[in-house]
Amino acid sequence: MADNSGTNKEKIKEKVEKGYKSAGKQSIAFKNPPYIIAEASLVGKKEGEGPLGSLFDQVLEDPMIGKDNWEEAESELMKLTAQRVLMKAGLKNASIRYLIGGDLLGQLIATSFGIAELQIPLFGVYGACSTMGEAMSIGAILVDGGYAKRVLSITSSHFAGAEKQFRFPLDYGNQRPYSASWTVTGSGAVIIADHSTKKEAGEKDIVITGITTGKIVDYGIKDSMNMGAAMAPAAFETIKQNFEDFEIKPDYYDMIITGDLGYVGKNILIELLKEKGYDIEERYMDCGIEIFDQDTQDTHAGGSGCGCSAVTFTAYVIKQLKEGTWKRVLFVPTGALLSQTSFNEGNTVPGIAHAVMVEAR
Amino acid sequence: MEKEKNKISDVVREKNPTVRNENYNKYVKQVTPAFSTVKNCVKAYVIGGLICVIGQVFTNFFLSKSGDMELAKAYTTICLVFLSILLTGIGLYQKLAKFGGAGTLVPITGFANSMVAPAVEYKKEGQVFGIGCKVFIIAGPVILYGIFSSWLLGLIYYILKQVGLV
Repeated sequence: MADNSGTNKEKIKEKVEKGYKSAGKQSIAFKNPPYIIAEASLVGKKEGEGPLGSLFDQVLEDPMIGKDNWEEAESELMKLTAQRVLMKAGLKNASIRYLIGGDLLGQLIATSFGIAELQIPLFGVYGACSTMGEAMSIGAILVDGGYAKRVLSITSSHFAGAEKQFRFPLDYGNQRPYSASWTVTGSGAVIIADHSTKKEAGEKDIVITGITTGKIVDYGIKDSMNMGAAMAPAAFETIKQNFEDFEIKPDYYDMIITGDLGYVGKNILIELLKEKGYDIEERYMDCGIEIFDQDTQDTHAGGSGCGCSAVTFTAYVIKQLKEGTWKRVLFVPTGALLSQTSFNEGNTVPGIAHAVMVEAR
Repeated sequence: MEKEKNKISDVVREKNPTVRNENYNKYVKQVTPAFSTVKNCVKAYVIGGLICVIGQVFTNFFLSKSGDMELAKAYTTICLVFLSILLTGIGLYQKLAKFGGAGTLVPITGFANSMVAPAVEYKKEGQVFGIGCKVFIIAGPVILYGIFSSWLLGLIYYILKQVGLV
């Protein structure tokens, strides 16, 4: 598949030198790769008890986060995360040109109520659980394009808020199938900037070198309790397109990281890519699988939600890049684009996946 | 030969999206783990049976006190509903249902749970638009179609009676 010499790669290079930044059909190769200068992750109690627990900036024990309802709790969570990332970068709100954020709640109320008082110009984005990929993509475009020196990309999700909106009241007695995922209570944020803020010579810069923007992919899955299967084809198409657009093979990356395919979706994705001649099994992980311990935490297929990929990326993936465990990763948050209305009306569950190429330099 | 498994190649190589989607759905069904129906039935039988035993204990108790079966039945219902509401409120009914499945859903305790859970959840949205509008969000269909089907059966009974068949 990907073996028709390096012609396309040269074409990309040539184009980039001429000032074009688009690569292949759905990708961008950044001319001045933007830097991720700070990251923050705040999670709920259950996530704090999971395998990545010690890596998060803060674990909030109170699911209400001192607020009166789930929606306000998620807003508060997002606000605290935004404040944390600004503090870690040593920046004030006014130093951020744009905030690109999103969540799972209807009309993005967690985002709008959460960041209202920060008074940063906002692009609210919705890509279901793929939102972190979308927010980082748009952020990187704004920075490389010269429209902003610094932007803040942020997403959040809250277990109880998502259950209430998409499924049943929390105390309603029902059984979750094995394919169901557990919405992560958490919020992750990054600050993307046009210059490095590296202080010591040994420190590594984290840069976004390119993106591949996903299309809506629908393989006809109707079961909203099997989102891994609904999203796996979207991840497949985006990852395949990334390989084709940049004329690379899976071994270009040290790790390919999907958002929340879970145990069911993970295996499907590996098989789909294998069929196209790409073997990613050795260098593949899924944030939804990493964040919870399936055996002890009763999370069935794994974690999900906008917060799942966001907190795993900011707490775990960036750490691996900084420490040099990995040099280059493809971060692919995945989203299932359904609403209760579309589901009740008998529609399928289409998926989307946005890939972000991140490198330690 | 007929039972050959659906392969992922049937999905990736298929050009017709409708057939591809069919193949993918079949493939997904194969690779998605499912609950064991037998195991679930046994659990539902045990938990559902236990709830009924508790009900019987109540009935016997009230019957021995009052000597009136109708009264004993009414008190039994009230007690079971109360227990269900209490367990829902302290977050235990969900755990019981996770284990017992339909065993907790079918008895009257399940009905009580389906009304109290939304009431607790939507209380934050106010007495009218929260609790008022949402309290029947799960139980509503049961009531609607329960009444509708009894009306339908009544109509059939009436017609049969008029014709002289019953």
